[in-house]
Amino acid sequence: MPVFERDDTQIWRRRTTRENMIRWFGWLAGLVVFAWCWQIISASTTWFFVWDAPRIANDIWTRATPPRWEYITQLGRPIWDTLNIATLGTIIALFLAVPVAFLAAQNTTPSKLLIRPLALLIIVSTRSINSLIWALLLIAIIGPGVFAGVIAIAIRSVGFCAKLLYEAIEEIDHSQVEAITATGGSRWQVMAYGIVPQILPAFAGIAVFRWDINIRESTVLGLVGAGGIGLQLSASLNVLAWPQVSLILIVILVAVIISEWVSAKVRGAII
Amino acid sequence: MLQLRKLTKTYKTGDQALKAIDLDVPKGQVLALIGPSGAGKSTMIRCINRLVEPTSGEALLDGVDLTKLGAGALRRARREMGMIFQEYALVERLTVMENVLSGRLGYVGFWRSFLRRYPQSDTDEAFRLLDRVGLLHMADKRADELSGGQRQRVGICRALIQNPKLLLVDEPTASLDPKTSRQIMRLITELCRERDLAAIINIHDVALAQMFVPRVVGLRFGEIVYDGLPTGLTPDKLTEIYGEEDWEATIEKVEDEDETEAAE
Repeated sequence: MPVFERDDTQIWRRRTTRENMIRWFGWLAGLVVFAWCWQIISASTTWFFVWDAPRIANDIWTRATPPRWEYITQLGRPIWDTLNIATLGTIIALFLAVPVAFLAAQNTTPSKLLIRPLALLIIVSTRSINSLIWALLLIAIIGPGVFAGVIAIAIRSVGFCAKLLYEAIEEIDHSQVEAITATGGSRWQVMAYGIVPQILPAFAGIAVFRWDINIRESTVLGLVGAGGIGLQLSASLNVLAWPQVSLILIVILVAVIISEWVSAKVRGAII
Repeated sequence: MLQLRKLTKTYKTGDQALKAIDLDVPKGQVLALIGPSGAGKSTMIRCINRLVEPTSGEALLDGVDLTKLGAGALRRARREMGMIFQEYALVERLTVMENVLSGRLGYVGFWRSFLRRYPQSDTDEAFRLLDRVGLLHMADKRADELSGGQRQRVGICRALIQNPKLLLVDEPTASLDPKTSRQIMRLITELCRERDLAAIINIHDVALAQMFVPRVVGLRFGEIVYDGLPTGLTPDKLTEIYGEEDWEATIEKVEDEDETEAAE
């Protein structure tokens, strides 16, 4: 914060001249890098396809409308499968995530040197692989179908839920834990009375949030053969049945909107 | 009943919070522990029930050295020591009744406590205590709906339902307004008299301490620099405990307050 005097008044500026120059050059450098990247991307783009895009998009749009409404009779079962994949996957994930979270949280882990890094490894490894890839792997192991989808969603969600949950555990008010400890409660009683009531709202919030995400993720699992509405989508795309594709997209949109509405309601009710 | 022998706590950072404290608290005696922030008041009471592990020395409760107990024996010893906290430390999302009953956790098994199936004698006692502190009508409210004074009363019930021999009280009035502070201090001292309980009350309000307790212990930099009657706290003594300040006003104020107290 530079302050200098001129004519007996103290003049205040936010930054010194030197700092201003550094900032100015920083922005200039950013601009140069942007222009340079633009050139590279432009050189490796086949511009014919880009200029052609509006025409093709318009072409697909005319083919896809109106949606083939009578196809809806065949979509009831797949969308039900999709919902089940998301819901079951989330429930299994939560069961697995709770112990992992307690092992990973700084204040509840039994061993910071051995068990905590292990729990963190589980969290990172399950989070870092997309559910679509998990599904591909699982289909190879347990065969195609809904079950592979459920497990893929469950594994993918463990890390996410455990991470958010262990952060909630680390943020609890320690004095409540102290108070329960001071009564002579056992380790498990301290957990049930001192910790669990404090993280319950976070837990419920995480559960519905992840369920909401999983509904969206499970809609595409069918693309690789793991059941749900994605199977219909991939089949329709393969035969270029655009009116069916548009109907499937509408059904997915409606399902996602409903799930968002439900999770918003649930979260509102908790807080 | 409680004897501290050269109780010492050195934190990992090298700070000596307690320097070989020697203190005897006889049965039924309420004493106030005063001293500036960071003098080691909180550390001292936490070293007694081992929420903080003392570095060396002994803390004898009825002849049993608390510092050497294993996990199970420590839990049984903690049942004998009720603790009351500055920010109440109630489990905010549980009801008043659940909070009071949580004082019995050391006596009931995990599943009974988890399913809230406490013995009838415990619930009877909980209702009796809530009635005693005037919160019977609040039994089914959630703890976070209560005011500060009400929460501290629940905290007192939770400590007393343990049926302790000793109360460890950490700044019970620091988050309360002056009137509620006096009510809480009066309640604690009254209950100790009724039950012949010993208590160590950490408090930084000297006037409040002088008003309610028969013995004051002054702590400075982890050492006891005063131990005696509240009336013995002269400006010189307060300077020794807290450092240089104009103490006349504090002491006069106490007398004034005593008069208004008597007038009420």
